[in-house]
Amino acid sequence: MSDKLTLPAQQGSSTASAETLLKVEGLTKHFPIYGGFPIKRRVGAVQAVDDVDLTVGAGESVGLVGESGCGKSTTGRLITRLLEPTAGKIEYAGQDISHASRRQLASVRSEIQMIFQDPYSSLNPRQTVGTIIKSPMEVNGINPAGGRDKRVRELLELVGLNPEHFNRFPHEFSGGQRQRIGVARALALNPKLIVADEPVSALDVSIQAQVVNLLQKVQQELGIAFLFIAHDLAVVRHFSKRVAVMYLGRVVEVGDRDSIYARPRHPYTHALLSAVPEVSMVDEPEERERIRLAGDVPSPIMPPSGCRFRTRCWKAQDKCASEVPPLVRIDGNRDGHLTACHFPEEPTIAAREEDIVLDPALAALEGPDKG
Amino acid sequence: MLQFLVRRLIGAVVIMFLIGAFTFFLFYTIPQDFAELSCGKNCSPENIAVIRENLGLDKPITAQFWEFMTGIVAGRDFAQGHCSAPCLGMSFDSGEFVWDSIMDRFPLTLSLTVGGLVIFLILGLGSGLLAAWKRGTAADKLVSGASIVLSSFQIYFLGPIVLGILVYQSGIMENPSYKPFTENPVTWAIGLLIPWLVMATIFTAQYTRMSRSTMIEQLQEEHVRTARAKGMKQRYVFFRYAWRGSLIPIVTILGMDLSALLSGAVVTEFTFDLAGIGRLAVDSSLTKDLPVTMGVMLFGAFFILLLNILVDLAYAYIDPRVRLS
Amino acid sequence: MSTLTKTEGETAPTGPESFLSVSDLRVRFSTEDGIVKAVDGLSFDVARGRTLGIVGESGSGKSVTNLTVLGLHNPKNTTVEGEIVLDGKELVTATEKEMEKLRGNKVAMIFQDPLTALSPYYTVGRQIAEPFMKHTGASKKEARARAIEMLTKVGIPQPKSRVDDYPHQFSGGMRQRAMIAMALVCDPDLLIADEPTTALDVTVQAQILDLLKDLQQEFGSAIVFITHDLGVISEMADDLLVMYAGRAVERGSTAEVLRRPRHPYTWGLLSSMPRLGGSIDQALTPIPGTPPSLLNPPSGCPFHPRCAFTGEVPGDRCSTERPPLGEGRAAACHLTAEQKQTFFIDKIQPRLR
Repeated sequence: MSDKLTLPAQQGSSTASAETLLKVEGLTKHFPIYGGFPIKRRVGAVQAVDDVDLTVGAGESVGLVGESGCGKSTTGRLITRLLEPTAGKIEYAGQDISHASRRQLASVRSEIQMIFQDPYSSLNPRQTVGTIIKSPMEVNGINPAGGRDKRVRELLELVGLNPEHFNRFPHEFSGGQRQRIGVARALALNPKLIVADEPVSALDVSIQAQVVNLLQKVQQELGIAFLFIAHDLAVVRHFSKRVAVMYLGRVVEVGDRDSIYARPRHPYTHALLSAVPEVSMVDEPEERERIRLAGDVPSPIMPPSGCRFRTRCWKAQDKCASEVPPLVRIDGNRDGHLTACHFPEEPTIAAREEDIVLDPALAALEGPDKG
Repeated sequence: MLQFLVRRLIGAVVIMFLIGAFTFFLFYTIPQDFAELSCGKNCSPENIAVIRENLGLDKPITAQFWEFMTGIVAGRDFAQGHCSAPCLGMSFDSGEFVWDSIMDRFPLTLSLTVGGLVIFLILGLGSGLLAAWKRGTAADKLVSGASIVLSSFQIYFLGPIVLGILVYQSGIMENPSYKPFTENPVTWAIGLLIPWLVMATIFTAQYTRMSRSTMIEQLQEEHVRTARAKGMKQRYVFFRYAWRGSLIPIVTILGMDLSALLSGAVVTEFTFDLAGIGRLAVDSSLTKDLPVTMGVMLFGAFFILLLNILVDLAYAYIDPRVRLS
Repeated sequence: MSTLTKTEGETAPTGPESFLSVSDLRVRFSTEDGIVKAVDGLSFDVARGRTLGIVGESGSGKSVTNLTVLGLHNPKNTTVEGEIVLDGKELVTATEKEMEKLRGNKVAMIFQDPLTALSPYYTVGRQIAEPFMKHTGASKKEARARAIEMLTKVGIPQPKSRVDDYPHQFSGGMRQRAMIAMALVCDPDLLIADEPTTALDVTVQAQILDLLKDLQQEFGSAIVFITHDLGVISEMADDLLVMYAGRAVERGSTAEVLRRPRHPYTWGLLSSMPRLGGSIDQALTPIPGTPPSLLNPPSGCPFHPRCAFTGEVPGDRCSTERPPLGEGRAAACHLTAEQKQTFFIDKIQPRLR
């Protein structure tokens, strides 16, 4: 077995970014659950994030995908230190910020910014756009050349809004424009890392592209590193050079974009990609593999032992229940393409001879010859 | 569920104890010698000393508090005789046991509450549902308008007017009075009819508005639309789906109103010159009759806690999400 | 590109064979701000056993249309004009009683969010059994057996015990399965699915979409599938209707509309959407501006303020004259057929690599 495994020298070492900006090791967040009788006590924990390793290089765009409850949003909030980790280490520019106090965080806070999903609730409705974008500068005592107001106007222009709208209120803008305001606010402090949590999923399709393009422009022109958190695999693929796939609080697979989307090894990545409905632009599209899992994601309160995906996996064996598969480079993978699986799949997404249909209803309806 | 109930009951006992302790010590910080107060005018120092010993005021406060608390559970002995549990002490003023005075007054308070409740629930919820069902029609506008006008009325305003018309001018009715239900239910009802109606008018208006607005809110719920999309009759959807969801806010307010009424409807009692718990509370606090005031307060607190638990049980009955969590 | 020429032959089913036929539907709401023209002159047909996809962004009128088909709009502030004919029966003028007989029986609906669309107060079994009892006159016992049968069919594990569960005890995917069971319990001829998988995770969405397809094969119902997701629609629908600002702007078979689109809005949708198989180097081309307010929709073609091709149309026809949507495979645009074809091939298709 050991000859098949090659331990990672440094995650993502194959990618262009030489300098590591953010390094997360063994990141864990458990939310306690209280209950019991007659005195309330801790009876369990939601294991939202469990032993996650992740790196983001300077100016690099990294995607974090997974379904609801996989812990991707919590990971984002831990990295921006809106939450404090239960265990593990978050290192930003060589500085350990895992448990840094408010004061210690002050300098880092301006360099790590966050963009939220809901452009309606993340902007204060009683403040003008100018005030909203200005306030991070005021809080951090930053006085750009030419004054803060001038800077706000520049930022508005940068994100494609009319600088004249400085004194308008958020409700006067459409959803896409509000998300631009969110981007402008995040840019106000010249951040080095932006954590974008589902930044386009509340927007209409035609507007999504506007915001994705804006973020891409910001990322490339200003050299800002991005951690792009989303459930939409196509959007993440479009935006991120490197992608990590999460399932039930753990990273199951990470690698460069092409490895994840064209040469995935983890069965969950296969299932996820296969589930994405795709518009085929040609008359005879290439057949993709068809994998239909059974049921929903289990609860993160009592996650399965060993490999957390094993309860929905078609390849699961006894070993999967007893041993947590390490996130390592599997033979045949490129550098930096790591997979946490005991029995990895072939690195292709082409159609299989037989579809994998685990869903009992589908299997029954499609008959024994197909399912 | 049982566990929940036990926990709530234990909690209620603890809160009762805390309320008792709080009021007790609060009252004893009043710079006033209760023995002197109790003795009346031209009182000799000896008399005061006797009274003080008699009332137990010569003991330290903590000891007095302990006596008071054990009295509630186990009863207590006074010079005037044994005060059986639940003993809430003895009036400084009349020398009556507090529990007995409360029990004297409680039938009236209970009668006022129950009679009013029946009237305002039927009328209030009925007209509220009607207005919601006929939303936007003339009937809805009439009901909504009337309920706004009526809910701005006050008992002390409406009461004398009704008394003036029905009793003093036309003589159709007699002045309201309390005749026990057990003696003759008919005279009981006739005696309290005017207070019931006046009190219920104001509550009806409030319940009409509340039930109308919650029903309209519920009718816009998606699951109500789903029920209609299944082809269920409008009336069925209205009563089975929307009404069920409206019950939660209604029960919440009802619990609060009931506990307030049961611990004494002060304004109603004064307006119609009836001697209920509310009257007892006001009188005792005017004469600084501490044991009575405290007794009435604890009595009221008991109802608040009891109805709180009942409301929670009602939630569990209405909403399976509460029951099964 | 030789395939492009044969497109005119394919037409969406119309005429007597269509099971649901909507013609010139106009739905208006009166609100405090004015009259909202939610649906403005919409026509479409669905044949038995076929799936019509209606795709559009928020405010395009796609959901309103289908609530109107079932008569679930608020009659007090809504005016409905036009014709909705279901299996030969006119629905716009039908009485509430007649509609009640249709709903859940001949036409059933699946909503977007099964958590809010199912009542929290009654068991899943009861909610499935209710329409069955009402429409077939079945007894409580028979209806319960039917509910268990339906739950089994949609893949709920241990249906005999889960029939007595409440919706909140189900996971998101299971709730949507229960919703499907409820919709199919009376074996409807038409199923209207309004964004049925939008609230679900992608792996669960794939299960539910396949389930709907497989069940359609078994039950033979027609489906009207409403979504904003072109990927979902391309896997589900036989025919496609693209809606914009309360109007249909393009119609045709799904393959035709998605592979040889003719309307600039459809072009915009396709080129603004990242795809798993698309080129990474190709930047997305968003549609500029924002969808119009239906209180005051643009004159002429409602898309003209956001359209890059208005200069190709002589005069100011785009802003003055409403382009008609022809029969069958058609796009409501003033560009000539030739222009539509060359612009797509020259300017749009290269972006869709």
